[in-house]
Amino acid sequence: MEVAVVDYGAGNIYSVIHALERLGIRPTLTNEAELIRRADKVVFPGQGEARQAMEYLRQTGLDQVIRNLRQPILGICIGQQLMCRHSAEGDVDCLGIFDVPVLRFQPQRHEDKVPHMGWNSLEDVASPLFDGVDDGAYVYFIHSYYVPLCPWTLATTRYIEPFSAALHRDNFYATQFHPEKSGCVGERILKNFLSL
Amino acid sequence: MLAKRIIPCLDVKDGQTVKGTNFVNLRQAGDPVELGRAYSEQGADELVFLDITASHEGRKTFTSMVERVALELSIPFTVGGGINELADVDRMLSAGADKVSINSAALRRPGLIDEISSHYGSQVCVVAIDARREEDGKWQCYVNGGRISIGKTLFDWAHEAQERGAGEILFTSMNHDGVKTGFANEALRQLAERLTIPVIASGGAGRMEHFRDAFRLGQADAALAASVFHFGEISIPELKRYLRQENINVRI
Repeated sequence: MEVAVVDYGAGNIYSVIHALERLGIRPTLTNEAELIRRADKVVFPGQGEARQAMEYLRQTGLDQVIRNLRQPILGICIGQQLMCRHSAEGDVDCLGIFDVPVLRFQPQRHEDKVPHMGWNSLEDVASPLFDGVDDGAYVYFIHSYYVPLCPWTLATTRYIEPFSAALHRDNFYATQFHPEKSGCVGERILKNFLSL
Repeated sequence: MLAKRIIPCLDVKDGQTVKGTNFVNLRQAGDPVELGRAYSEQGADELVFLDITASHEGRKTFTSMVERVALELSIPFTVGGGINELADVDRMLSAGADKVSINSAALRRPGLIDEISSHYGSQVCVVAIDARREEDGKWQCYVNGGRISIGKTLFDWAHEAQERGAGEILFTSMNHDGVKTGFANEALRQLAERLTIPVIASGGAGRMEHFRDAFRLGQADAALAASVFHFGEISIPELKRYLRQENINVRI
């Protein structure tokens, strides 16, 4: 299976590559449109800042490439946020695959720390991405911006308020958490994605 | 709900763990990667690897160990020890570490925190603080493994670190470290009240109740320990079951 990991100059992409390697995949890290279009599966990872990331995607034409993909694609963390309509991080228009805005967490109490960092539980998980993953399973998050609940919410997590831990529309999948850092639960989710 | 984190800390010298352990099923007892994997399978939420090597050769060995950890483990890990400049941070992140912990270097040159957070984001920057409660009741910060006082107090320095962009504070109480009578809960609580970033409690773990108290009384977001885990005095699965019974939210 050919798996392309989109290289758009974002931070730590090694962990997602290592996680795929542990599942027996040799992913290709690339920013070449042709390699991405040709892959069986595409992973759109990330850490980084939304405005810079969008500028890079527009300059390289990767924004159009990603929007027009037909094979399963998995956005991770900022990857999920970039697949939405608009991000409050840098007030930037994003890919618009999910017609929902990305907002910044607003602490309500002193204990509400931003970023939301650590292990939090999933609720209302829906297959196929979450086959074999139960409600209440813990996954690893690290983010200051979030996607509110919307018609494409595939799993919910509560922090300050309920938000979209995962999204799904057609061939587009996304998680706010890092499956590559989420132990066996994350491994199961990546496996599910690879078998879509 | 966001879970409280349990973090084993491994001291590494020349690529081998330093403290002895009671883990029986390891092929190589001193291999930090094997030990890390064992902890990960037991339910550790994160790991900290501290490089206590002084030599240049040892540093290289540590970097290749970090690469192996990143290849094999699927939970977040922090590395510390010998990180003095941005190039060191870059080397560790490129090797696959999720976060770096800085201690003396930040106290000597606080701008290092700004540099790390603006280059890589606050989430990678853990500021470790070793502090001792002096006879006058003030908590003073120490550098060089606790040998030199630097004339800054814990609360002032932790706040400054936060303002400069630290993502977390790892506070070790030198009064409590190694004594196994519990964490410095009062100081932890004051840190939690003054800061808006997570605090990791370190120093003093001896019994399971100590973890409960660090979370409940000290309002810590995470608790770190070394020897109680390495010597098998407390097992992580047992600790997490206990904490859950005590109504503290942990990942099981």
